[in-house]
Order: sequence, then structure tokens, then C-alpha cells
Amino acid sequence: MSEERENVIVTENLTRRFKKVTAVKGLNLTVRQGEVFGLVGPDGAGKTTTIRMLCTIMDPTEGSARVAGFDTVAESKQIKRRIGYMAQRFNLYDDLSVLENLDFFADVFQVPRRVRKRRKERLLQFARLAEFRQRRAAHLSGGMQKKLALACTLIHQPEIVFLDEPTTGVDPVSRREFWDILTELHLQGITIFVSTPYMDEAERCSRVGLMYRGRMIVYGAPDRIKGLVAGELLELRTANPRRAEEVIGQSEGVLETQTYGDLLRVFVDSVTRRQDSLQETLAAAGIEVIGLRQTRPRMEEAFISLIRRQMEGAKGQPAESER
Amino acid sequence: MLIRTLSLMRKEFLHILRDRRTLAVMFLMPIIQLVLMGYAATTDIEHLRTAVLDRDKSPASRELLDAYRASNYFELAFYVESEGEMEYLVDAGDARAGLIIPVGYGREVASGGQAQVAFVIDGSDPSVANTVLSASQSVGQAHSLRILERAAGIKPDDMPGVQVRPRVWYNPEMKTSNFMIPGIMGIILYFLTALFTAMAIVRERERGTIEQLIVTPIQPLELIVGKVVPYAFIAFFDVLEVLAIGVFWFGVPINGSLGLLLGLAVLFLITSLGIGIFISSAANTQQEAMLLTFLILMPSIFLGGFFFPIEAMPRWLQVFTYVIPLRYMLVVIRGIILKGVGITVLYEEVVAMMVFGTAIMLLAAIRFRKRLE
Repeated sequence: MSEERENVIVTENLTRRFKKVTAVKGLNLTVRQGEVFGLVGPDGAGKTTTIRMLCTIMDPTEGSARVAGFDTVAESKQIKRRIGYMAQRFNLYDDLSVLENLDFFADVFQVPRRVRKRRKERLLQFARLAEFRQRRAAHLSGGMQKKLALACTLIHQPEIVFLDEPTTGVDPVSRREFWDILTELHLQGITIFVSTPYMDEAERCSRVGLMYRGRMIVYGAPDRIKGLVAGELLELRTANPRRAEEVIGQSEGVLETQTYGDLLRVFVDSVTRRQDSLQETLAAAGIEVIGLRQTRPRMEEAFISLIRRQMEGAKGQPAESER
Repeated sequence: MLIRTLSLMRKEFLHILRDRRTLAVMFLMPIIQLVLMGYAATTDIEHLRTAVLDRDKSPASRELLDAYRASNYFELAFYVESEGEMEYLVDAGDARAGLIIPVGYGREVASGGQAQVAFVIDGSDPSVANTVLSASQSVGQAHSLRILERAAGIKPDDMPGVQVRPRVWYNPEMKTSNFMIPGIMGIILYFLTALFTAMAIVRERERGTIEQLIVTPIQPLELIVGKVVPYAFIAFFDVLEVLAIGVFWFGVPINGSLGLLLGLAVLFLITSLGIGIFISSAANTQQEAMLLTFLILMPSIFLGGFFFPIEAMPRWLQVFTYVIPLRYMLVVIRGIILKGVGITVLYEEVVAMMVFGTAIMLLAAIRFRKRLE
């Protein structure tokens, strides 16, 4: 890192226990100013609880967190003025129009009159909602509702925005558009903390953290996380990936296999050493190979591999981020 | 601080205006309640359908029947030939009372003896039966005085004895609607206000919007005031509505100070808004809020003296009525409207309402705040 940036989110052993489950266990995390931090993990991993604690909606049962330099429990007031929060569910008033929703939040955050009009216009343009300003929120599409929610969270120009699965249940076109908007925000220097179940979105973050069952398994830049997976990756296209998995799963040099539709992804210790012998094994078993090529592991393979490792209890300690 | 509260209020008014159905309920419900209660819930008896079995068929018996007919209480709807026939009519509910004049009635009257008639009353509804009972007796007594007057030639006023001259204060015609309509004002202030308040707050929780509000600089107190004040206005408007219909349509007189009445209505609103906030802190959905409101307020309506007089309740039950805020408001409303009394008479009730209002509001606010966190 060439420039030394301030840490705007720091958690220490952040833990939240509910009656029966512990949703978040001992989270230690730092997010730097201006980063797009992606919180990734399957449903029930603790992403929403983490965001809620950081947004001061919920107090931790153990540990602490500082957001924008303030403690989330003792100094929540100061934090609220500096952050924007967009919940997973549409949390605006659907009987109010686009403009009325924006106005309400502008009032609540006491956006000064003289900048309000310009800012509202800019946000409406920015969220591609300008022509729908009079429409009631209930009559917006899912993607437009998300953009309205984002516009409302930006009305007071927060330093940090927290987005809880902003693109879940949104069509692919709107999803892409939403991320374009996030990129614009990122370029303006706003810190973005976003949770997502989508791995392609994780690739677009400056750094990602993988949560699984309340724990942060690993966090760091996407490239670094992909580098954590041992071995090299071969992609096998075949009519019967399940049988192929059985046949070569135990072969020498095969570290891990993952099926993906009609693809089988095979991690091997070395492609050059194993590719031919694998092809022979498959041929001997009578499995037709449509294609076999080396490929770069994506976030997807990396996460599946890391979660598997976690489930097997191989590694107790979460991997450290780059120092 | 003020801006945030005001914008919450404006938002709430927008919600109310946009929701046509709720809007209709808010403004029509009091009218419907009022008209129903004003007309239906009455124990005033007029033109009660009566079956007559006249076995005497003499001028004297016809005179007695005329006396009953003239009283306005009874409509002599059926003339029957046998007791069996009368029994059938009462069983079927066609007749609610029956008058039997035995053979020899006219002869007995003419000879100066004690003539007897039988009056059958359907007692299944005791309050109706009570009124009918005394009406049947008083008509009979008045008629026998007239017979006496004719036979002995003395005017009743010249006869020795005690004469009770009742004077009915406050509601001289004893119209049930005069009693019910002020009561309905109390019920609206109590029930509808609590219900609307609870529903409005719970709606934010149900829709998840409250989470968004928590992340804003809005303080719990601002949220409460902003959510609740619009409904206080509506409740107040409803009271004016009921009052206007009561006065101009049902002819209820307002004998006391209108200003005092409205002022104390506002004081009472604190209690019902508090109850609404309290309910909202316990309920997760609007349905739950509605059921809870009914559960909490139903006993109040029965024990608060709206339908049944508290004095008539058993002692142990009367004790409970003291913790029902509605009780005090009903005394205040009826006192001012019907009796025309002022604060000097009502100060005990006013103090009780202040105590309840403060306590409930405080408790509700604390609970509400806790629930937010």
C-alpha cells in the first residue's frame, strides 16, 4: 500500500449472542477509509447481524466496534450522522412517492435548505429515478426500490455506507447497474461496506471477508484470497461430472473436486504433472472428456474450498489479512 | 429536534390520507357507533305490543283498555279469545305483554268493589320488564283514581295521603340517548385513540421501516410525539363530530362548559395515547395490536360504567373499577354535559386522570425506548 489510510471501521472481538445461537463470534476486522469492503458468506453466516451492530441498531453482547472513530454503543449518535444504512428488506414507505421519501430523510437528517434541492436532483439522476419522482415507492420495480433506498441513505452525504445484500432478488441488469452506481460512490471516496451472497460481486470489492457460521474465516484482497487455495485448477467438461468425480477424486495429486453443472473443477498439486494421467484414468473408466483445461481459480472456488476446510475443522485460526 | 418531529408528523398525515380505508374508519366509525348506540341501545319503552283477552266485554273494560292505549307505553296489538292464544303470542315474541280482564270486571267496578285484572309480562329482558311492570301499575292506579273520583265525587288532590311528586333532574325526559352519547365520546377517546396509535407504531415495525428510523438522528421521544400527535388530532376531531351529532341530531343538551369538556378530553387523551404506545411496544404485527387493544380495553367498557352502573356492581368488582381510567372520564363527560357541573365538583376525577395519564405515558415511553434498543 502506497498511501497510509485511516481505519474507519475497527472491531475487537465483536460478538452477538441471541437466546439460542451466537450469530457473530469474536469478529476482528478493520476497514480503511475509501475501501469497498465485501462481507461474503452463505445465508445465516452472521452478515446482517454484523452490519446491524456496526450501524448501532443492535448492541454487541461482547467486544466492541468503532465506526468513523466512535464507539457503537457509547457514541451511537455521532455515528448515525456519518453513516448510511440500507437494509436487505425494502425499508422505506411504500405509500409515499420517491420524492416524499427523499424529502422525509432530508428533513430527518436536517439537510440544509440551500443544498437540498441540488442534492436531491443529483441523487435522482444518479439513481436513474428522475422520471419516477412522483411515483409511489410501492409501484417501483424491485431494482428501482433498491436504488431509491440507496438514494435515501445518501441524502445526508455519509462517510460510510452499509449495504445489506443490496442486490439480492434484483434482476441481473439492475444488479450490474447498481454496482456501477457503487463504483461511482467509491470514486467519490465514500467507504462502502457491503454484504452479498454473490461471488462475482465479491470480485469487485477492494477487500472481502468470508463469514461462515458467525466467524470470519478469512479476509483480504480478492487476489490474495484466491491465492490461499492450494494447488492449481483444472476444469473438466464431461457428460457425467458426478461419475468423473468418483473416478478421479482419489487419484494421486488431486487435492479437491467441486462439481458445477456439467463442469468438474479439480484442484491438483501441479497441472503439468497430472493432466495426462487424469485423462488416462477417465478414459480407462469410459468417461468421455469433452474438454479439460487449466483455469484460474475464481472467488467461487476459493470460497467453497475455504468453507470446506473450515467445516472439516482443519484450520482453527482465521487467515490474516495482508500486512 | 422540532424539524424532525414535524416531518414525522407530516409523514404520518400523508400515510393517513393515502390509506382511504383507514381514513374512512377513522371518521365514519364514530358516527356509526353513535347512531347505533343512540337508537338501538335504548331501554325507553314505547308502543309495546300487547295482547288483550277481554272476557268481560263491558263499557268498564273498554274504558280500562282506552286508559292503557292512551298511555303510549302499550300498543294493544292483539285481541285474543283464550289464554292459550295469548300464551302462544308471548312465546313467539309477537306480544311482549298481555292483559287479561276477567268476567265480572264491570260489575265489580260498578258495585264499588276491588276489580282485578291480570297483567302478563315477558320477563326475559329484565330492564324492559322493569319498565313495563311499573308502567302497567301506574296506568292501573291512575285509572282506579279516576273511578274513585267518579264514584265518590272527590278530587284526588283533596284526598288525605302522601303524594310523591318526582322531579327528574339533568335528563327530565329520561332519554337513554342523553346518557349514551356522552358515554360514546368517552369510548371514542379511549378505544379508537389507543387502537389507531398502536396500529400506526406497529406498522413501522411490521414493515421494517422502524429499523431505518433507528439509524437516523431521530430520538425515541421525537418518534413518539411525531407518531402520536396526528392521532390525537384525529381523536379530537372525532369528539367534535360526535358532539355535533349528539347536540344537533339527538338533541343532547350541553349544560356545562364546552371549553372545560374539551380541555379535559385532551387531558384524557394522554392516557389513551399512552395505552396505545404501550400496546405497540408489546405487539409485533398490526393484528396482534388490534387483538391486544380489544383485550385490554374490553373490560374497561364493561367496568368503566359505560353500559352498567358501577353502583350496581358487587363490592369486590367495584374495587377494580378504580383502576380503569375510563371510569373517571365518563363521570367528567356526563357531569359536564348532563349536569352542567364544573371543575369544583370534578376535581377528584381530574386528579385521577392526571395521575393515570402521567403514569401510563411514562411507563409506555420507557418501554418503547427499551424496545427500540
